[in-house]
Amino acid sequence: MRLIRWLFAVALLAGAAVWWLTRPQPLPDDATAGLQGDAARGETVFWAAGCASCHAAPGAKDAARLILSGGYRIQSPFGTFVAPNISPSPQGIGGWSAQDLANALIAGVSPSGQHYYPALPYTTYTRMTLQDVADLKVYLDGLPPSDAPGAAHELGFPFNIRRGLGLWKQVNLSADWVVEVGDDPQLQRGRYLVEALGHCAECHTPRDAFGGLDVARWMRGAPTPSGKGRIPPLTPDKLTWSAADIAYYLETGFTPDYDSAGGEMAQVVENLAHLSPRDRLAIAAYLKALPGPAGD
Amino acid sequence: MKPLSFVTAAAIALAAPMAMAQDGPSAQEKARQGMMRIMALNMGVLGGMAKGEIAYDADRAQKAADTLVAVSMIDQSNLWPEGTDKDSSKFTGALPAIWQKPDEFAKAWMALGEAARGLQAAAGSGRAALGPAMGGAGKACKGCHETFRAKTE
Repeated sequence: MRLIRWLFAVALLAGAAVWWLTRPQPLPDDATAGLQGDAARGETVFWAAGCASCHAAPGAKDAARLILSGGYRIQSPFGTFVAPNISPSPQGIGGWSAQDLANALIAGVSPSGQHYYPALPYTTYTRMTLQDVADLKVYLDGLPPSDAPGAAHELGFPFNIRRGLGLWKQVNLSADWVVEVGDDPQLQRGRYLVEALGHCAECHTPRDAFGGLDVARWMRGAPTPSGKGRIPPLTPDKLTWSAADIAYYLETGFTPDYDSAGGEMAQVVENLAHLSPRDRLAIAAYLKALPGPAGD
Repeated sequence: MKPLSFVTAAAIALAAPMAMAQDGPSAQEKARQGMMRIMALNMGVLGGMAKGEIAYDADRAQKAADTLVAVSMIDQSNLWPEGTDKDSSKFTGALPAIWQKPDEFAKAWMALGEAARGLQAAAGSGRAALGPAMGGAGKACKGCHETFRAKTE
């Protein structure tokens, strides 16, 4: 009898501990206080972060890619995620504050205090500066509204329990830089564009059984989420193009032998073509500085 | 003798479909890939000049751009028979979407013609004009490959 009472107490404590560990942890209430956003700078953040790749309607081209009505479906081993409407409308994120956006991107927490699924790549965006979030917010506010209704994610048990993501975040959400680049300003800018905004690693780095990025194999290539084919490695031992060639590819989609980008990379190029040549070169310089498998 | 000839006949009957299984791309697949290769080589001339890797030469640039326009005018109607998609043949990256959305595919090919004519107009007038025109060509290439070509390894 005494043992049962003890077991009950331990189970209760363990449950409380899990509940505590899995709680959504938003930013401090005044994280974005006093920040003034700038739309022009926000536009750069928008293209560098690749928002339109998932949040524009599937198949949208050119100006239509600025209507962030959502609907893109991300297939994964855990189920299908459907990108929501993030246009400035009642169906989108019209009512959000900069603080709400910062919580979504940096903490992966919704305005109602729930965990977002990491299909929204906050494991990358968590490294964003709050100023970039404020700039992005002003830019997003100026885009055309869409009244497209959202669609629910299609996930099975237990992945449909958002609370469980709290544990996942304990393991996988870190604002530390992955690659040490020293104090070269170009490499630092490139690292910021790739590790904080561009989320290249979300596809080019392999994942563990729980869907977390295996940072020990950073940018070494990975199977596609749908299981068909492989996403190529970006480390300099495998991606042997010159920095200028990489930058040109990111601008035009042309490889050094003038094949052209297809699939998801076509969208990425569409985004990165809006950046300055300097920023594209910074990305290329960072990729050329990636540590290869020789370090193993 | 008789059983043997039966075996031979059976062997031939079995081997025939295997011989039919392709050990190389079909004529149409070869033609398509050749068409792409000609474009890539000429894009290489223009892109090399835009990047500053090849010295700008108005005459050479013009010839390259003219060739792209010429390829864009090749009639496509004989080049895409059923059964030459990547699910049916291992020698092509052509996605079944080409046959499922023929109008969209035709439009994508027409966008190439437009971009090629843009390059044709820009090519002879100096290196500075090449950059934006190459951007337009890149857009046309991606615009089609995004939907209609399988990702390459």
